[in-house]
Amino acid sequence: MLIKRQTDIVPSEITPRALFDSRRDFIRAAGLGVGAALLGAGLSGEARAAGYGGQSLGLLLKSPLSTDEKLNDYKDITSYCNFYEFGTDKSDPSRNAHRMSTRPWTVSIEGMVQKPKTLAIEDVLKLAPLEERIYRLRCVEAWSMVVPWVGLPLSALLKQVEPLGGAKYVEFTTLADPKTMPGVRSAVLDWPYVEGLRIDEAMHPLTLLAVGLYGEVLPNQNGAPMRLVVPWKYGFKSAKSIVKIRFTDKEPVSSWTRAAAREYGFYSNVNPEVDHPRWSQARERRIGEFTKRKTLMFNGYGEQVASLYAGMDLKKQF
Amino acid sequence: MRERAFSPDRVQFAWIWRAVWAACLLPLMLLVAGGLRDALGANPIEHITRATGDWTLRLLLLTLAVTPLRQLTGWHWLVRLRRTLGLYAFFYGSLHLATYVWLDQFFDWPGIVADIVKRPFVTLGFAAFVLMLPLAITSTNGMIRRLGGRSWQRLHRAVYAVGVLGVAHYWWLVKKDLTEPIAYAFVLATLFALRLWHGRRMRRTLEAQAA
Repeated sequence: MLIKRQTDIVPSEITPRALFDSRRDFIRAAGLGVGAALLGAGLSGEARAAGYGGQSLGLLLKSPLSTDEKLNDYKDITSYCNFYEFGTDKSDPSRNAHRMSTRPWTVSIEGMVQKPKTLAIEDVLKLAPLEERIYRLRCVEAWSMVVPWVGLPLSALLKQVEPLGGAKYVEFTTLADPKTMPGVRSAVLDWPYVEGLRIDEAMHPLTLLAVGLYGEVLPNQNGAPMRLVVPWKYGFKSAKSIVKIRFTDKEPVSSWTRAAAREYGFYSNVNPEVDHPRWSQARERRIGEFTKRKTLMFNGYGEQVASLYAGMDLKKQF
Repeated sequence: MRERAFSPDRVQFAWIWRAVWAACLLPLMLLVAGGLRDALGANPIEHITRATGDWTLRLLLLTLAVTPLRQLTGWHWLVRLRRTLGLYAFFYGSLHLATYVWLDQFFDWPGIVADIVKRPFVTLGFAAFVLMLPLAITSTNGMIRRLGGRSWQRLHRAVYAVGVLGVAHYWWLVKKDLTEPIAYAFVLATLFALRLWHGRRMRRTLEAQAA
C-alpha cells in the first residue's frame, strides 16, 4: 500500500493493522494441517500493545517531513524490537514490557540550564500539538522499517529549560528498573542506558520526541511513554523510556560506545561507506521485503542534516 | 564387575534409529510449517538463518557426545547413531549456508566473496562448512573400507575442529549477549575433557595390566 502525502487521511486511519489481523485470521481459519498442528502456541504468540499502547491519541497534525513509503505492519513494529532492558531477543520486549508502569512518569531536565525542570508526561504532551511523522528507521544490524510515529519536536521540550551558552551536548538517561525489567538484572550493558546528541542535533526539526505509534499511545516495548527518534542515525541512538535529560559541555559516553567503542561511535550516523567492524552497512533488509536494498547516506535525510557535519571526517567520527 | 549395559535387539534398534531420524528432521519441519503460515516473525530470513545455524551446532555437539556417552554408560550401540547425527549436522550446515547465499545475499557472489574474506565470523563459518565436506563424503561404509579404519578415524577427528570453528563463528557474530555461545563452548569443552579423561584412564588401566 502506497500512502501519498497529499491525501487527507491520516495513515493510521487506514491502518494495515486491521488488514493484517484479518489476514492472520484467514490463514488461521484455513488451517494448514500438519504444519499448523506441529506448531505450538509458542510460535503463534501475537504481540499485543503493552501498557497504555492502543489508546487513540485523537486528531494529529500531518508533517511534511514524513516519507510516503509503504508502512511496516503494526505487528512487526511492536514484536521485533531491540530493547535490551527487557531481554536481548527481538521478541523479549513484546513479551516482558507490560510489567513496566508508565503512569505516573516524569522526566527531569537538568545540567547546564537556566531553569532545571521536572515534567510529568501529561505536561510534556501539552508542549506542542502532536503530529504524525513517518520515518525510516535503520538499525545498526542492517535491517530497516518505516514507522508512523506520533510525537512532538524534541526542541519544544528542550526550550523549556533555557540551556546555558556553554552547554554543547544533551545526554539522555532511560529507565533501569530491575523489578520490572528482567534484562537490567544481567550485565549485558552498563545500566542505565545512556545516549547523547550534540545540541544542534537534538534541536534539529527532524529530531522527534515520540509518544505514539500508528495514531495510538506508544506501546511499552517501543519505548513508552516517551522516546527519542533520530531518523538519520542508527536505531540505538533513539533512546527509549527516557527519565532524565542533562545538558553538558562534555561529549556523553553512550552505553553502546562504552560496551564497544570500536564498533559504536558517538555520532553513529547511518553511513553505507563505514562498515561495522564485523559486518557491512552498505545494504539493509527492509522488514517485509525479500531482497536487500542499498542503504542511503544519513538514511536518506542528507538534504536536511548533512550540513551538521560539514568538514568532519565521518570515517573517523563515526 | 559392572552389570551388563542395555543393548537393544535388532527390532528395538530399528525403532530407535527411526525416532532419532525423525527427531532430527523436526526442526526443518517446524521451519517449513512456520514459513507456510507466516509465523517466523518480522524477519523470517534472520529466523531461518539462526534456526539452521543453531541446529547445525546442536547436532554437531550431539555427534561429538556419542563417544563420551558410550564410554560412560557402556551403551556401545550408540555409535551406530553417530553417522545419522553427523550427516544431519552437515545437512543443517548446508541449509544454513544455502540460506545465507540464497535468501540473505541473493546470489550476490562478489558480496559473498567479500564477506568471506573480510568478515572473520563468515570466514570461520565457511571454513567449518568446507571442513565438514570431506567428512560427509567419507561417511559411507564403502569409504570407511577404502580408507581403512585407522586413517578414516584420523580424518574424522577433524570434527573437533569443525566444532571449535562453529562455536567461534557464533561467538564472533553476537552483538553483545554471549550467553548462548558460551553455553555451546562449555558443552564442547566438557565433551573434549571427558574424552581426554577417558583416554588417560584407559592408558593407566592398560599400563597396570602390563605391569
